[in-house]
Amino acid sequence: MRKSQLHHLTAPLIDNNPVTLQMLGICSALAVTTALDTALIMSLALLTVLATASTLISLIKAHLPSSIRLVVQITIIASLVIVTDQVLRAYAFEISQRLSVFVGLIVTNCIVLGRAEAFAMHNPVWPSFLDGVGNGLGYGLILMIVATIRELFGSGALFGVTVLPLATEGGWFEPLGFMLLAPSAFFIIGLLIWGIRTRRPAQIEANKFPIISQAVVEKT
Amino acid sequence: MIEILLKSVFQENLALTFFLGICTFLAVSKRVETAVGLGVAMIVVQSLTVPINYLIFQGLLVEGAWAWVGLPEVDLTYLKLISFIGVIAATVQIMEMTLERYAPTLHQSLGVFLPLITVNCAILGGSLFMVERRYDLPESVVYGVGSGVGWALAIVAFAAIRERLRYADAPEGLRGLGLAFIVTGLMSMGFSAFVGVTLP
Repeated sequence: MRKSQLHHLTAPLIDNNPVTLQMLGICSALAVTTALDTALIMSLALLTVLATASTLISLIKAHLPSSIRLVVQITIIASLVIVTDQVLRAYAFEISQRLSVFVGLIVTNCIVLGRAEAFAMHNPVWPSFLDGVGNGLGYGLILMIVATIRELFGSGALFGVTVLPLATEGGWFEPLGFMLLAPSAFFIIGLLIWGIRTRRPAQIEANKFPIISQAVVEKT
Repeated sequence: MIEILLKSVFQENLALTFFLGICTFLAVSKRVETAVGLGVAMIVVQSLTVPINYLIFQGLLVEGAWAWVGLPEVDLTYLKLISFIGVIAATVQIMEMTLERYAPTLHQSLGVFLPLITVNCAILGGSLFMVERRYDLPESVVYGVGSGVGWALAIVAFAAIRERLRYADAPEGLRGLGLAFIVTGLMSMGFSAFVGVTLP
């Protein structure tokens, strides 16, 4: 694999992460992060759909009239999601019940349509596939980080295996119930973005209303 | 009935407790006027599509729906995703054309938001929740209106906070998206205070 192609795969991990920088696909993602196993299955489902959709759309892009391209793209994505949903129901019924509507919501996940529009429509098949996999991994990475924090501190376990023995069961750890509620996911993502942007200052957004210090105002 | 309404507006707010439509929520909340426009469009589309999807689901997709033509074992529920998306896209398109024909001024202010709504997870999510919770027709009408209002309320409040935040002196790395997430988290905490509120 040449270096430029590898770039398609690695750039979305941190430098151009779909969740923290492109602001795509946050929608359905966070609700499944209370436990690691649901987050993992969700990431895999999205990765599969995203990579396949990007490849397929890149394959047919030359034959796609621009007036109906959105409809065609959504139909492709929806069909892939239906297949994924049925596979999950067949082989992982219990998890698919816990994921409830969120697998279905991959259809409207902006990440899939966003990458199809922004990348797969203008690039050959192989880079499109790599871009799909890369963005899926970047999304999965964020999901797994959030899920690890939430499950570890919310219920003292990782993948359902107790790591921190709970006080109710004779251990010492008092679980933070807040971690299992919705707001904690927002806070964790917010702080995660802060962390990434401190390490990669290029991602910092421009300040449109800078605060002019008093000394400068007096001089002018 | 009132319970479903209150639940969908406050306790189970689509944006703040189920994270639905957060992409649009964060992207289109820089000004209050645009947030109001999107909120109104959202209420209208949501109150139309949830009942329509209910009728489509019960009339065409559910197991036994084709019994009257002699096909009682046909179960098309796996097609629900693709047909819901189709219904939503068609509703939005029809609404846009109707507005353009009969209310051009309204179309000018709401028009730009309508295409955005087609791919909003909150609309599809509302319809999927309606199926999962087995609402009947009146309940799904109430749920559609309620969840739309809840989403609109959240985005307008969030936009108002964000307008003030522009002048805040936040740490560099937190500026913009990071702060937006944390504010959403605080709002979500506020809304979670409604959990447990019951009618007398």
